[in-house]
Amino acid sequence: MREPLSLDPFVVAVILAMAAVTVVTKVGGIWLVRHVELSERLEAGFSVLPGAIVIAVLGPELAAGGPAEWGAGAVVLVVMWRTESILLALCAGVAGVVLLRSILSV
Amino acid sequence: MVDGTERDGEPDARARTIEDREPDARARGRNRDARTADADRKRRVESAGTDREAITFGREGIRVGFLTTVPVAIGVGGYGVAFGVLANRAGLSVAEAALMSATVLAGASQIVAVELWTDPIPVAAILVTVFAINLRYSLMGAALQPWFRRLTPKQIYGSLFFMADENWALTMRELTSGSGRGAFLLGSGIAMWLFWVGSTIVGAIAGGVVGDPARYGFDFVFAAVFVALAVELWEGRSSLVPWLVALAVAVVAAELVAGRWYILLGGVAAAVVEVIRYDA
Repeated sequence: MREPLSLDPFVVAVILAMAAVTVVTKVGGIWLVRHVELSERLEAGFSVLPGAIVIAVLGPELAAGGPAEWGAGAVVLVVMWRTESILLALCAGVAGVVLLRSILSV
Repeated sequence: MVDGTERDGEPDARARTIEDREPDARARGRNRDARTADADRKRRVESAGTDREAITFGREGIRVGFLTTVPVAIGVGGYGVAFGVLANRAGLSVAEAALMSATVLAGASQIVAVELWTDPIPVAAILVTVFAINLRYSLMGAALQPWFRRLTPKQIYGSLFFMADENWALTMRELTSGSGRGAFLLGSGIAMWLFWVGSTIVGAIAGGVVGDPARYGFDFVFAAVFVALAVELWEGRSSLVPWLVALAVAVVAAELVAGRWYILLGGVAAAVVEVIRYDA
């Protein structure tokens, strides 16, 4: 096992290259739309992005889960819809998934 | 919120041409049109224009962003511990694992990177994979543009360094509520950063001692944040088509394409369909 504080120069270089690549992905999109004039039509396309990305993240994530995840997802949906409190919704969802997993695995 | 009136009527097309010429008619048109789904979509584009006038970037935004994100960041910390454990097994020192979390700050790509980590390190494969996994952030960042337009490049790019999935979601929620807190992303990002780096160190030191985050339901926090956000982003009937397109494309792409390309494909497909439907 290596010393906890040891830093191998090559490993550090690889990590910094990973960081650089990641920064390019994080700022690249907004840099592009800031430097390209968008037509109204294109802007309408961009306006659906937030919701579409959320659904694109969520769909396969939930599809890969099972009844426990789907049930807990429904709990989050209802609590969020009723209370509009993200904290409450998260707590209910996590509690729900732990509970449902223990029930369903019996 | 939308009463389901025909969205593609002739009057609307005419109103749009007038609105383009006259700012006053545009403001009047906004009130009148607010009842139709088409106007709903249009209002979003325009209200983005109004929001950017009132956007601020200050301590208040950082504070609110930080405090709102702490509970989510605790959940993310479960993954940071898992990443630390994997990095430790891959042969990284505690300092190297912490450095990666502090500078890369993109969970999925870091976990995959340490899984690829062998001796000698496959540098090209790691960098290409990291790029592919994180390309979705370009789309997420671009979605922030309506609100970030008025901020300085330093504020924008500084904030975006701290962007990860969960705090992007919380930031979208904050900005669509119209609070105008431009510094929310930075504050929420700082919370994410602290918990991500801290939990990485814990995991890297603890090694194999720590259990699976799924045992405490931490693995569900990610999905829960996105379900909550979906509830807030739902805009009635105008959301239906783009969301169904994104869902269908993402689910199919997740089956067919390795990695996280499905997020990018789903988002782009929905935007393309919306561009085609516009005026149609």
